[in-house]
Amino acid sequence: MGTGTAMPHDQSSPTPSVTITPYPDGPYLVRGDFVVRDQAGNELQTERRTIALCRCGKSRIRPLCDGTHKLIGFKAPSSPEPWPGA
Amino acid sequence: MAGRLIELPAPRGPLSEQLFEALVESPEAALGPPASIDSAEPIADEDLQLALYVAYELHYTAIRGVDESWEWSPSLLAFRAALERPFEAAMAELVPPAEAAELESVGAALQGIVAEDPGPPLSRFIETQATREQLLEQVVHRSAYQLKESDPHSWAIPRLSAPPKAALLEVQFDEYGGGSSERMHSVLFANTMAGLGLDPAYGHYLDRWPGVTMATVNLMTGFGLHRRRRGAIVGHLAAFEMTSSIPNRRYGNGLRRLGYGPEVTHFYDEHVEADAVHENIAAWDLAGGLAAEEPDVAADILFGARALLQIEARWATHLMGSWEQGETSLRSPLVPAAA
Repeated sequence: MGTGTAMPHDQSSPTPSVTITPYPDGPYLVRGDFVVRDQAGNELQTERRTIALCRCGKSRIRPLCDGTHKLIGFKAPSSPEPWPGA
Repeated sequence: MAGRLIELPAPRGPLSEQLFEALVESPEAALGPPASIDSAEPIADEDLQLALYVAYELHYTAIRGVDESWEWSPSLLAFRAALERPFEAAMAELVPPAEAAELESVGAALQGIVAEDPGPPLSRFIETQATREQLLEQVVHRSAYQLKESDPHSWAIPRLSAPPKAALLEVQFDEYGGGSSERMHSVLFANTMAGLGLDPAYGHYLDRWPGVTMATVNLMTGFGLHRRRRGAIVGHLAAFEMTSSIPNRRYGNGLRRLGYGPEVTHFYDEHVEADAVHENIAAWDLAGGLAAEEPDVAADILFGARALLQIEARWATHLMGSWEQGETSLRSPLVPAAA
């Protein structure tokens, strides 16, 4: 992993305890044994095994995604973007 | 909770009459072929869609007074196929073939398809203007699917190979409550119905659903039951998830506007968060994964997505058109009009 190109269901590499996958033009999906806490230490309550964290900044249920990225034309690749001018 | 059980509905024409008369007899007494099917518009045909819906229900539920062996009766399956053919042909006429460029990235193509939703703004209307009666009607229509939410797509599980199967199961596991029955989406919908004073029993409103409402469910059941349409059921699920989180937020807002609390809105609020997860898995890992495994079904994935949008648009147009005329969108109103 770490190249950003591995599919989340790819079983060929050792599975880390938590995987974060940016989806094309969409959120970060977080899978595994994770906890999301705010700065005060309060834990985000979720019973979901996989969560979507907002990547476009416009969700109304941040830090979670609510699909708003589709309304604002958010574009971002799954793989890391090259440095400008690189 | 007892297992699913529905009553045979009232027939709406010769096809449903012929089917229902046979179903109360022994499956040994074969059902003959349908006399003739000359429907100008199979998608909204009351008789055809009802007969098809009940034929499919044999796979989902017990029907009172009907021998369960009918489910795999060859004569029933032949009768059902005769109903499926005109419906499938009508859908194929509505949906343009996929373009070659779209097949190169099915995930990106799905994004483009759902961005051009051809339907009227039903969820916005519900959010801002719908009356309580109209909102209840929308829930009653949706109960045709939502009380068996995810079941039609689960038919696809054994037809998929490892990567897309894992993706489908990741979505379905969450749809079915992640191992907790009280979180199951069909159970949340039943809670919403009960909170609205509606009867949450499976199939309770069958007699009130118009043909176009049953067509939205028959479409996905047909895709799910036929292995040859595994691409279409996957595309249907992807597009369903991709067009869910924003409308569900609006439905929840509509209920809050009318004074309903979290016990009623929970189903919708849950879908905002859940489907924001599912849509990515469904589009990229499930649909994209299936296209990578089986390039031959990529075009059918996009067909399933477009077919969903087309049929949902027809259903939404029916609801809004009925309401504009001051009429019920159901076959009979939930509350009888004052004399």
